Amino acid sequence: MQINIKNLNMTFDDQIVLDNVNYSQDIKTLAIIGSSGGGKSTLLRIVAGLLTPISGSVKLDDLTFEKNNAVNYRRQLGYVFQNGGLFSHMTALKNITMPLIKVHDYDPKEAEKTAEGLLKRFNLYEERNKYPAELSGGERQRIAIIRAIASKPRLLLLDEPTSALDPIYTNEVLNLVNELREDGVHFIIVTHELGFAKKACEDLIFVDNSKIVECGKSKDIFANPKTPELKNFLAHVLEWNA
Amino acid sequence: MIKIKNKRMRNILLSILNAALVAVVIIGFIWVSLLLSNTALNFTYLSTAAYRNNLWGGFLMTVGISLASLALSLIIGIITALFKISKVKFLRYFATVYVEFIRGTPLIMQIFLFYYIIGTAWGIDQKFVAGVLILSIFEGAYIAEILRGSILSLDSTQIEAAKAVGLTKSQTLKYVTLPQLTARTLPSLTGQFSSIVKDSSLLSLIALTELTQVTREISANTFLLFENYLLLGVLYLLLTLPISMLSKYFEKRYSYAN
Repeated sequence: MQINIKNLNMTFDDQIVLDNVNYSQDIKTLAIIGSSGGGKSTLLRIVAGLLTPISGSVKLDDLTFEKNNAVNYRRQLGYVFQNGGLFSHMTALKNITMPLIKVHDYDPKEAEKTAEGLLKRFNLYEERNKYPAELSGGERQRIAIIRAIASKPRLLLLDEPTSALDPIYTNEVLNLVNELREDGVHFIIVTHELGFAKKACEDLIFVDNSKIVECGKSKDIFANPKTPELKNFLAHVLEWNA
Repeated sequence: MIKIKNKRMRNILLSILNAALVAVVIIGFIWVSLLLSNTALNFTYLSTAAYRNNLWGGFLMTVGISLASLALSLIIGIITALFKISKVKFLRYFATVYVEFIRGTPLIMQIFLFYYIIGTAWGIDQKFVAGVLILSIFEGAYIAEILRGSILSLDSTQIEAAKAVGLTKSQTLKYVTLPQLTARTLPSLTGQFSSIVKDSSLLSLIALTELTQVTREISANTFLLFENYLLLGVLYLLLTLPISMLSKYFEKRYSYAN
């Protein structure tokens, strides 16, 4: 997936959130890391077509985000929220089948078959008739990921999918993402799980202060951080990690 | 003491025992009150066909007023709720003044005031129409607040999630927003319907011949206050208990929403 981000600018109430961001790379798996409030979630939401930037462009292969094409653009991507992304009035199964039927024109039976197949594969079949409020945090996030990939999107976008979870659930969710990676699913993940960014993501972007400060292959960047900002960030984050 | 091994059986028996105890306490209280007031219950007046017919007519009138008011107050409530969250200041202020006035003053005062305004100034002399209008204006304010609360409690992430899965705006309304609003609103809206039924009794003040008015007339003729109002209570319960059960059902059915 060739991603082209050009001269991207974004502000919220006169505060600059993204300051002329440029990025061009043929990516399979990309991690976006950086401190909170640095602009990484905003960047992901613009790539997802959920936010319209004040200027600049985002292009994914031949797919360009435009305001009058926003719904069609978003339909070709999968998106997972930090939490609360499942529809609270629908069961796990319905959460997966509804978008397939209403957005991707699946026949209801076909949608159910697809959803049940995925739920079985990821050991969530028993949970299919539960409402989000009845599921654990880890189950909710895994079902949200299944919903996002059920329609076989061009790209999966994950916005800190584990930051509201305890370590056990975090592991469950990251294992699922890793399994999808082995299947050949392309994704961008905003994460604080540096181990995952290092081992499971080919490319890496470090966002700080509304800018991309460093980018490249993640194994290179972790082995040899160049900028003082990233060195400082890694020193802080890894302080208590072995 | 008989040992009951089956836990479910024991629970059922305990429930029955407790229910019986409650019945004894209430009936006992009424019985003692009757004794103290030297009243012997006398329902013989019900053998008079005219009284029975009047009661039946009043009962139907109460049902009719309640249903018509439910529909109209729902419309008023929806419009007011939309006004209250509107960006247009005039509409917002207007809705706020309306809701605060209605919720801050007694219904009895509103009935006299509006009956004078609606009835005399605007020339609506049909009591049923005037009654329904007055009651709907009153209940509409409460319904508006129920609706506004539900709208405000909607989670913005849900709408964003709908966007993310690729739903259009109208699909989001149809498959996400409206179902969630229904789930949050239906239990309390049903409860409000119960209030409408009870509040309609005050329309007897404008001599609308609904259940309470009929009862007042009969008790004035028969001098049987206790019997008439006891029966009145039972008749209202016949209407409100099923509604209350429906409200509980909705609450349970939509409990996942919270």
